[in-house]
Amino acid sequence: MPDTGYLIAAVAVAVAVTWALRALPFAALAPLRSSPLIAYLGAVMPVGVMVILTGYTLRAFDPQAPDRAGPTVLALACTVALHLWRRNVLLSIFGGTAVHVALASTLFAH
Amino acid sequence: MPSAERAGPLPAAPVPDRGLVPDLVRALKDSGSVGLGAFPIGVAFGVLVVHSGLEWWWASVFSSLIFAGSLEFLFLGLVLAAAPLASIAVTAFLVNCRHVFYALSFPLHRVRGRLRKGYSTFALTDEAYAVTAGEAARSFSSRRILWLQGFVHLYWAGGATTGALLGSVVPAQVTGLDFAVTALFTVLAIDAFRDRRDIPTPLLALACVLVGRFAFPDQMLPVAFTLFTAGLLARHAWTRRGSTHA
Repeated sequence: MPDTGYLIAAVAVAVAVTWALRALPFAALAPLRSSPLIAYLGAVMPVGVMVILTGYTLRAFDPQAPDRAGPTVLALACTVALHLWRRNVLLSIFGGTAVHVALASTLFAH
Repeated sequence: MPSAERAGPLPAAPVPDRGLVPDLVRALKDSGSVGLGAFPIGVAFGVLVVHSGLEWWWASVFSSLIFAGSLEFLFLGLVLAAAPLASIAVTAFLVNCRHVFYALSFPLHRVRGRLRKGYSTFALTDEAYAVTAGEAARSFSSRRILWLQGFVHLYWAGGATTGALLGSVVPAQVTGLDFAVTALFTVLAIDAFRDRRDIPTPLLALACVLVGRFAFPDQMLPVAFTLFTAGLLARHAWTRRGSTHA
């Protein structure tokens, strides 16, 4: 088990890097805010950023391993279907995760 | 586009009342849909923390201080393996690099005061970005933005603490809770798409993430973001050239 001193240092490092990445660009990008290019990037980026992050969380996906891939595919389908149907963020996340946990812990358990 | 940049009284402005209570209610509503999604993910994270053998309150410490959901799942794995601090710094940098772009559209100029601006940048999560990236947020008041971020912070840290306290009750055979992060990003992607109905951008992003995954699996995230940004810049240059020739 990691000791407390190490954990505190690890948290401090993660906080410092994360905060710096969130705060410093405001100073660097401030002069660019009014440019049409920046407005364009600000408008089109969100959907792409979320698609990339979704892909990133699925990086361990392996169609050759049906016990892991099965729950992922079914839960993803449930999340998308629920969200297209009800448009309720909370319901979609809860529903998709519940399906994934249920499948991964029972039918597809190792 | 609303150009009501000043806080002065605008008679028929869309946001006429700037009182404390209306702002709180608005912030609660803003945070309600997307931000509340942070709660189940926090629960999942809290369960994982206690299942890995750490004391429950570490879940509260991690979630309230680091406050970057996707990083925390990776962070937990790293500290359990006693990874060097340098690896933690590099991982935090790579996973959270995307936040650099959030400065482009997050309405920090609306937030007043140094401390408040400081907190606002600290709490600039994917959820806060997703809620404030739209045009409507350009007219949000300082208080509304801060409370919105505070509520998301509360859902996340509250969820993690709840999960950690419940974790000892949840049997270790229960797995797959980490899917909550995937579900969150999927839902945010669908909502962002509905905002603009722009098909080439998500397709470009999908191509970039696949290139990152299969060609550079160790640098998947930075490669995908760099390619995506480069692609958008190229597309912008192309459409501008097209419009000047037309």
